[in-house]
Amino acid sequence: MRKLIDLRMGLFLAALFLVTVLAPVASTLQAGSTFAMPSYLIPLLGKYLCYALLAVALDLCWGYAGILSLGHGAFFALGGYAMGMHLMREIGARGVYANPELPDFMVFLGWDELPWFWYGFSSFPFAAVMALLVPGLLAFVFGWFAFRSRVSGVYLSIITQALTFALLLAFFRNEMGFGGNNGLTDFRDVLGFSLSAPSTRIALFVLTAISLAACLLIAKAITVSKAGKVLVAVRDAESRTRFMGYRVESYSVFVFTVSAMMAGLAGALYVPQVGIINPGEFAPANSIEIVVWVALGGRGTLVGAAIGALVVVALKSWLTATFPDLWLFALGGLFILVTLALPNGLLGLLDRFKPRRAKPAQEATA
Amino acid sequence: MTAQLYLDGVTRSFDGFKAINGLSLSVDKGELRAVIGPNGAGKTTMMDIITGKTRPDGGEVLWNMATDLTRMDEASVANLGIGRKFQKPTVFETHSVEDNIRLALKAPRGVFASLFYRSSVAEEAKVTALLDRIRLTHLRTEQAANLSHGQKQWLEIGMLLAQEPQLLLVDEPAAGMTDAETMETAELLKSIAGERTVIVVEHDMDFVRALDCRVTVLHQGSVLAEGSLDHVSAREDVIEVYLGR
Repeated sequence: MRKLIDLRMGLFLAALFLVTVLAPVASTLQAGSTFAMPSYLIPLLGKYLCYALLAVALDLCWGYAGILSLGHGAFFALGGYAMGMHLMREIGARGVYANPELPDFMVFLGWDELPWFWYGFSSFPFAAVMALLVPGLLAFVFGWFAFRSRVSGVYLSIITQALTFALLLAFFRNEMGFGGNNGLTDFRDVLGFSLSAPSTRIALFVLTAISLAACLLIAKAITVSKAGKVLVAVRDAESRTRFMGYRVESYSVFVFTVSAMMAGLAGALYVPQVGIINPGEFAPANSIEIVVWVALGGRGTLVGAAIGALVVVALKSWLTATFPDLWLFALGGLFILVTLALPNGLLGLLDRFKPRRAKPAQEATA
Repeated sequence: MTAQLYLDGVTRSFDGFKAINGLSLSVDKGELRAVIGPNGAGKTTMMDIITGKTRPDGGEVLWNMATDLTRMDEASVANLGIGRKFQKPTVFETHSVEDNIRLALKAPRGVFASLFYRSSVAEEAKVTALLDRIRLTHLRTEQAANLSHGQKQWLEIGMLLAQEPQLLLVDEPAAGMTDAETMETAELLKSIAGERTVIVVEHDMDFVRALDCRVTVLHQGSVLAEGSLDHVSAREDVIEVYLGR
């Protein structure tokens, strides 16, 4: 237990818990009250937490197993599309064309029946499972071929980038049946609750916070297990691990798949809070931004990745509103700063200011 | 006595260069064997072929006269009981010394077995005993990156022992060691042989002499001579290609 919830994890979870309790309370206070918070901030916070979850997912495979995926945005977007498809089906006959069977964009394209891959998405549990399964399956198949052929390092990064770019182009096409350029939007409700109702927004926010906490703990449990140590061993000395009898590709595929499923979960939670999913989410730049979050927070720290994401997206929200032209420069500058000055990220910076603590290995005996 | 490892007519070329050319070698169970030869004689390629890293173009590599090693990958070969130590000491730098040993300990290697693995008291006792044997007990919680070159060599030998292999392939274990460490390493390997089979590839003649075992001389990818060190070092052709340099 102490290995699972160390000081940083404990502090982060405590802070997350406080925000999860206080923010909804503050949002329901009367405007004008000292602690009142505008209610539009709730979905915004929820969105931030989705990004934090996405960063944790990437850190699990990059920080520990050394798999630098430049395509994690794809798994996030696929999870988002799975949820978006369900929300489209929930609109039912309330769309502009009032077609009870077909989403608006299909009517607009002149389609007369639902494509087969939309079957089942009217069921929420089905969509929820698909939000995990589709990214997981893609990562499994992709990883199986890549890792078995011993593609690693920069080559793997490039093909993951190509993967997300290919999906971007595919999802842009109207014929794909995912709403093309416009994506999926105009959602009304989820499980019968209106998406614009404050209570639904609060519920989604709390659900996101719980998911983030759960995924942090799952990721931590993996990394402190012997399998987690094998992953670090693969990162540090792959052939040594092989000659020790570990099947490196199995470990890589495993962590890549788990990570993709977490990214899918983040996407599925993101879409109902943001109200839209479109092919832009597959943009290669998005996936690179995730890497910046993790690098800024500190790779291989999990909690740091979440913090990095929160810091960067908060900065992005502020800068794009105040100095819209500056944001890309700030992002680029941040990446350079982290690479040059903060190789261990923000959490590494904290370590520099405190005396060295006992190594975790010492408490791990027995 | 049956051969534990049997190579017959193994060939392997890289871009037309025959790194291994009709290599035949037989090593008995429990034997300690030294393999020497000049640079480019094919020593490392031979190890790569035995451990499944490189596929030979032709020839047989048999384990216990029954299992064909040429069709297996590194992990399968390792799980048969063949351990390998690299020329350049290769340990898991960011793990502690004891975690390096723990990862090597003989145990199921699957993902889910590792995910739910809990080390037993017996296994922890093994770790302690091994650390004692490789004289790194005082450094057990130290990060492996902070060890000296010689200590890394020993840690890697310790990891090899932790795997409990039947055959140990040891590539230049004495490289970068002091004279005293070299002799201790020779003693360690001699103490391992008998119980396990050990093949040592080495350049250092004093070390090979200290091993006091049968020697195989490789040259241009095949066996040039075999016998005691005194026997092979007396041969004209061996002196010419190797010792005379």
